Amino acid sequence: MGETPVVAHRRGTHRGRPQRVGRERLPVGAVVLATIAVAFFAAPFLGLLWRVPWSDAWQVATSETVRRALWLSARTSLASTVASLVLGVPLAWALARVDFPGRSLVRALATLSMVLPPVVGGVALFFSFGRRGLFGQYLDQWFGITLPFTTTAVVMAQTFVAMPFLVLTVEAALRQLDRRFEDAARTLGASRWYVFRRVTLPSIRPALVAGAVLAWARALGEFGATITFAGNLPGTTQTMPLATYLALESNPDEALVISVVLIAVSFSVLVGLRERWLGGGTGPGAG
Amino acid sequence: MLAATIVGAAACGGDDAGRPADGEPTGPAGPTGALRVFAAASLTEAFAALADAFEDEHPDVTVTTNFAASSELATQILEGAPADVYASADETNMARLVDAGETAGEPIVFATNRLQIAVEPGNPLGIAALDDLADADVLFITAAPQVPIGRYAAAVLDAAGVDVTPRSLEGSVRGVVNKVVLGEADAGIVFETDVRAAGDSATGVDIPDELNVVARYPLAVTGSSTNANTARAFVDFVASVAGRAILAEFGFGAP
Repeated sequence: MGETPVVAHRRGTHRGRPQRVGRERLPVGAVVLATIAVAFFAAPFLGLLWRVPWSDAWQVATSETVRRALWLSARTSLASTVASLVLGVPLAWALARVDFPGRSLVRALATLSMVLPPVVGGVALFFSFGRRGLFGQYLDQWFGITLPFTTTAVVMAQTFVAMPFLVLTVEAALRQLDRRFEDAARTLGASRWYVFRRVTLPSIRPALVAGAVLAWARALGEFGATITFAGNLPGTTQTMPLATYLALESNPDEALVISVVLIAVSFSVLVGLRERWLGGGTGPGAG
Repeated sequence: MLAATIVGAAACGGDDAGRPADGEPTGPAGPTGALRVFAAASLTEAFAALADAFEDEHPDVTVTTNFAASSELATQILEGAPADVYASADETNMARLVDAGETAGEPIVFATNRLQIAVEPGNPLGIAALDDLADADVLFITAAPQVPIGRYAAAVLDAAGVDVTPRSLEGSVRGVVNKVVLGEADAGIVFETDVRAAGDSATGVDIPDELNVVARYPLAVTGSSTNANTARAFVDFVASVAGRAILAEFGFGAP
């Protein structure tokens, strides 16, 4: 069957050799459209940079508000990424490999929060995990735990909207994976967990990293579900996007600087990860 | 008696405000076309009703409303959002537009409001005064300081000498009300009219007059309005006897 190309692809990733870049010439039409795409992405950022009051930028960027919001955003977005990995990878594994009844329903459910307006997601979290929520009322009654207005609520809101990116990316990679290596390892007596950790996961590492980065980026930019479910309090629930939004109402200059700080941090991380994991000189799985 | 005074004052105010400030000729054409009204979140129900009444009076006019925190709306207008009329819940945010030259003529104050503590229906925690908000068992939220209600609430708490740490600083007064209505917050300081608009879903606890503030709501035609004649007619209508009556229905006081 169509096995040959799959093997070729598989081998490519296994050796950590990304597809050759730089040799191919695109048709003129594609180049034009791609240029428009780049301009479309770049324009808003240029507009932002153009309006930033550079003279007070440093003062705002190092202000108490920004430092607290940045630190909170860093912690919560990382926590959401870890939560997405811990819960999302097994889910992707199940979706890719196990033919259980209702699988397509589960997949749709796991993707639903991507299409849900985040504010609706926040209200839904209230109705489920709020202290009067379907489940939240028992958390309150039995354990005295109330989630809204806490940092945990921020992480929940972020994970809710971010995990689908990881699940979809990892599931697609697992489906494309040539399973003969796993089968071989199993034949040699390795346990399922061992094979998954030592054969499967390393083989899909680029997808795993890409999925985690997407989830992290989504978590970092999360606004609607957070302000609804977690509220807004500096140091506890006021992440960078919330700080930007509220600053925009009283001091647009401050909001611009906060946005630029957020963009600079995200951009550095994305470029850095790309170089390290997904392209550049040292390819994945080189060791 | 009081009502008569209010009506009298209203009629005068309405007359004054109707005059175009720049002496621009208004022409014979009546109100027509699309009118975009940006109004404070606390005005949601009242301005929806005013818009309906204005449309009934002028069938050629279509009013589109945009309700959000006054501070957010001011930012939107300053950034070029198309608006013909701006109604703020405080004079501070209106001043941002006036200072930027984004209003046509002087704003007029068309309504007043007072503050109340919004609690869950029936007030299960027995919150009776501002002091009770500092109780560790009371989950109290308010709005961010740039939002009118956030600043008013801070002033009231300050006047009462109550030191309370809110659990959240919401983006608009409706954010505060909604969380109390959902039962996720125990109490929040909001406008009297918001408690009234919430109906049975929330109960209001009065704040004594000597501690309360009177929120004054200014209204203006924007400098960038593309339908200034109709915008002025709407402003006049809000300030008219009929407009005041509608505002009073929703609990707003006369200026």
